[in-house]
Amino acid sequence: MIGLGSVYLVAGLMFAGFALASARDRSHPKRWGHAAFWGLFALSFLLGDRLGDLANGALVIALVLIAGLGGLAPARPPATAATPAAAGNTGSGLGLLVTALAIPLVTLAGVLAAPRLQWREMPLIDPRHATLVSLMLGAAVAVLLGLLLLRQPPRAAVDEGRRLMDTVGWAALLPQMLAALGAVFALAGVGPVIGELAGRLAIGGPYASVVAYGLGMALFTMIMGNAFAAFPVMTAGIGLPLVVQAHGGDPVAMGAIGMLSGFCGTLMTPMAANFNLVPAALLELHDRHAVIKAQLPTALALLAFNIALMALVVYR
Amino acid sequence: MLILSGIVVVMAGFAARINPLLVIVVAALLTGLAAGLNIIEVVAALGKAFNDSRYISVVWLILPAIGLLERAGLQQRARTLIAGLRSATTGRLLMLYFTLRQITAALGLTSLGGHAQMVRPLIAPMAEAAAESRFGPLPDIWRQRVRAQAAAVDNIALFFGEDLFVAIGSILLIVGFLAGNGVTVAPLALALWAIPTALAAALIHGIRLHRFDRRLRRALSVPDLAGGATR
Repeated sequence: MIGLGSVYLVAGLMFAGFALASARDRSHPKRWGHAAFWGLFALSFLLGDRLGDLANGALVIALVLIAGLGGLAPARPPATAATPAAAGNTGSGLGLLVTALAIPLVTLAGVLAAPRLQWREMPLIDPRHATLVSLMLGAAVAVLLGLLLLRQPPRAAVDEGRRLMDTVGWAALLPQMLAALGAVFALAGVGPVIGELAGRLAIGGPYASVVAYGLGMALFTMIMGNAFAAFPVMTAGIGLPLVVQAHGGDPVAMGAIGMLSGFCGTLMTPMAANFNLVPAALLELHDRHAVIKAQLPTALALLAFNIALMALVVYR
Repeated sequence: MLILSGIVVVMAGFAARINPLLVIVVAALLTGLAAGLNIIEVVAALGKAFNDSRYISVVWLILPAIGLLERAGLQQRARTLIAGLRSATTGRLLMLYFTLRQITAALGLTSLGGHAQMVRPLIAPMAEAAAESRFGPLPDIWRQRVRAQAAAVDNIALFFGEDLFVAIGSILLIVGFLAGNGVTVAPLALALWAIPTALAAALIHGIRLHRFDRRLRRALSVPDLAGGATR
């Protein structure tokens, strides 16, 4: 059965490949910093379950120190990507199309087919992790197609992958680190403290409660970087006791629109790194917060819309 | 209240633009200490949380494939394709992507998109090419703005599309949480309440993209003003 273990093995081998290629790249200004950073990340994927919690914690701190104290160089201009078109190396339009579509289509097919793929009564793909396994298969098929249809040398898969990885740089670690921070917050009981605080602050009539709930969802989502973490806290702190129980609001409309108010918060916070900071790095933007700035007016307008809509429908 | 010190560190650190990874580790350590753990226990808790969250970084597995596509000239292809379309503008192109992304997300097909898969290799180069075919080479400040708009479109269309799908994580979370508090709701009823906001998102962002086109035109169609003299 292909499960999370195989996905982590493949990811670990890929990061190990990036580390090795960095170490051998004599022209790289910070080759050892990059080799150590991706090497430690590879170690986490390959052996994370055997290291023990304390060693994993030390690994996290080492990764952060490398990135935080200038061990990584900023993205370099693309070394190989700029040349191929000039060298007559451009792939055929059809080959490009097929390869580009392989990732989403194989991922999709894998997710849909996972429950039915069986061999001797055993599922081929672990149903709990069908999306991740399918994403890995999609990426693998696309690399194979790239080598065959686009006639790229196998080495280019490592070199080009590393080039993109270095473009993202330490921001690549942010989403996972923020999830870990969220877990530490949960362990320390931050959520209930905030919920209680919000519940105490939000006293007032039916409409004030709706405004407090909607704004609270957006604000707490901005703090946690994730509406899923904010929803239970705010709904237990304000939504259910005030809007539903004290004023007789409809929990269905409140929950649905409350979650959407949280999504408005996601658009406005650097804590939602995978949506806001990673693309800024991927697109090589000078301003780390440029994507947030582009989203801000839409997010604020939609938040106002959501709160108004909730106020209008929740007490009908 | 001391337990909220981590949140204060995060907000101050991000505002001061200190490396976010450093900020996060300091915030995690402070929060753990405030909750009464000793330093060894806090580091172990952070290590466990990091290890349990590795699935989030699996998405980087697609980079070698994207890199091969870029090396084979995908971005140039995308540019040439758009440069040949007379009616294409940056705003219209991004709105078309917005609509496709929102509809596919509403059908549960959230993996048909994303910043590494779609925006960097295809959408951003196309949006830039649409502006370049009208106004010539883009000044850097406008190239940056066009790219940021491309990323924003992917996020907004995804967020306000996926909640129309009954089996998406957020809907299941609402159902589960309310059920835990004794309130039974049907996923379909929740998904229906996502429709007004989905329409409002498309309308509001469509208007903003239309105005972005106008700003591009105003800033770039007069050669003297090119170079970001506006704003």
